Amino acid sequence: MGAATGQTASLAAPRKAGRLNRFDNPWLNIKLVVGVIMVGSIILMGIFGPMLRDIDLAYVGRSPLNLPPVGFENMRGEGGDPLHPLGTDNSGRDMLSLIIVGAPNSLLVGFVAAGFGMLGGIVLGFTSGFLGGTADDIIRLSADITITIPSLLVLIVIQSLIPVQSLLVMAVLLSLFAWPQPTRLIRAQVMSMRESGYVKMAQLSGVPTSSIMFREMMPNLLPYLAASFIGNTTGSILAAVGLEILGLGPQRLPTLGRTIQNAIDNSGILRDMWWWWGLPTIILIVIFIGLLLINLGLDEVANPRLRKATRQ
Amino acid sequence: MGGLTLNYIIRRVVIFLLTIWVSITIIFLVARLAPGDPISAMVAQASASMGVVENQDAIIEGWKEYFGLNDPIPVQYVKFLGNLLTFNFGPSLIAFPAQVNELIARALPWSIGLGLVTLPLIFFIGNLFGALLAWRRTPGPLKAFIPMTMIFTSLPSVLAGLVFIFVFAFRMKLFPISGPFGRGMQPSFTIEFISSLIHHGILPVASLVIVSFGFWTLGMRGMMVTTEGEDYMTLADAKGLPPFYVLYRYQVRNAILPQVTALAIALRTLVAGQILVEAIFSYRGIGTLIYTSIRNQDYNTIQGTSFVVILFTAVSVLVIDLIYPLIDPRISLEGN
Repeated sequence: MGAATGQTASLAAPRKAGRLNRFDNPWLNIKLVVGVIMVGSIILMGIFGPMLRDIDLAYVGRSPLNLPPVGFENMRGEGGDPLHPLGTDNSGRDMLSLIIVGAPNSLLVGFVAAGFGMLGGIVLGFTSGFLGGTADDIIRLSADITITIPSLLVLIVIQSLIPVQSLLVMAVLLSLFAWPQPTRLIRAQVMSMRESGYVKMAQLSGVPTSSIMFREMMPNLLPYLAASFIGNTTGSILAAVGLEILGLGPQRLPTLGRTIQNAIDNSGILRDMWWWWGLPTIILIVIFIGLLLINLGLDEVANPRLRKATRQ
Repeated sequence: MGGLTLNYIIRRVVIFLLTIWVSITIIFLVARLAPGDPISAMVAQASASMGVVENQDAIIEGWKEYFGLNDPIPVQYVKFLGNLLTFNFGPSLIAFPAQVNELIARALPWSIGLGLVTLPLIFFIGNLFGALLAWRRTPGPLKAFIPMTMIFTSLPSVLAGLVFIFVFAFRMKLFPISGPFGRGMQPSFTIEFISSLIHHGILPVASLVIVSFGFWTLGMRGMMVTTEGEDYMTLADAKGLPPFYVLYRYQVRNAILPQVTALAIALRTLVAGQILVEAIFSYRGIGTLIYTSIRNQDYNTIQGTSFVVILFTAVSVLVIDLIYPLIDPRISLEGN
């Protein structure tokens, strides 16, 4: 059957023949795979890193100061120490341990914030799309307002007066700005799907509303939701790193943003200690590019027209 | 005038007003929910970090009066609302007796200037690259080169800024490390000052542009691919019009309009990015003001500055939303 279809297709339009082979599972596109590998390696580092490396070294005063990575020299001409392969900062934190603890922390804040945002988006989006009327008006208006407010400024105001010492609280604060996008998206999709044949069919067969939502509609929404989740993760990490660079957020927990802020504060650039701010920056670049690739890949899954456009 | 209906205008203005109201209310609630008496706490923190706060009593008294802390909460709220709306943010803690609005007035022109250079650049480069990427006649090497310039897209501008400071300012010494102009200079309309201004501005502007233009490139490419298939394109080609004329007058002109709405959406990120970039370059704008007031726990200044930036963003979004239907009558404004 598959071969026959392939043959007719190749007779009709030779260019399209390739689209029927097994590599054309849209979830296996190269952007998505590379992105998942990049972000996945950070997650794996968070899981297995602490087993291989003493993460206590990520805290102040556990190591010699200002050591460069192995193979480089710092401004005083000292070489690297194999015990601290990526060097140390000016208060004796080991960079390798700092990254092993800090990178998953930064990623986690993003995922948790985007997760809460998504949860809110699912509840509000379905409510808005299904109920319509006043509830819909209120939810849409709130989403429009939240999207207009620059979240960084509000978070600065909040955190400068009410110090936040836990990553979870930080993530919850960030999620207050992560719900409008998924809400809008789900609402729009629900409104168009509500009129579609298979939903009407399910309604006529007496399927309860909740199972229409989650059994019939949700699977179709999946790629959109995933893309929106990843977009929110990027946004939340961006905001968290921004707040940390301004000196807000949890003060004692090692995160990438906090490490960069320490480096800026102690003139890490002018002291040529590039590993101090540069290594966390590289890890953040891996995270951001990985998330962007995942997002572009999910776009292709959700929107087949883009697939064709990239083929040409 | 196409789609600019009264309903649409009213809805946009209502959203604008509610945005301002919600922001002020959040700022008010935060100050009330903070542990302890915010004023004494702030003065105590300041004296802990700076040793001694001069005029401590005057500050506390001034603030108690400003906040009207002896009034019932609703009265406090109304007063607070009035104060923020009239840009009366009270005295700054570190620059006492300077008023917060004086500090903001001094910083704002620098930020607006930086933004007015950055935004058109992002829009121009992004759309140009997007158009070239989709145009059939773009030379192959250029088509291969453009995606490579986009690897910084989606990165935080502040990280690009750090890398630029290190590579171009610290190592290669091509550009100054910080500040808006050379040390000891007085702002004036001399060639020397203006060239110093530009020299200092290149890195901050570059770090903001390089992370943002890619979004417009991607959007523009998508729109170009859509217009490519339109009948008027076929007609224009069939008429034998010069290819560049077709590209500019027929394809780009139609594809660029939806890109304007992206400005309203991206503005939030751009504003946040600029604040952080200003902070690491010690540019004299709002970002640096926020950074130093967070450092010094000058809550009055943080509050006033944040409000001004929120107001500024909301006004810009309102303006874009209202202008857009005028320039693109095709858009339907019903619902979403």
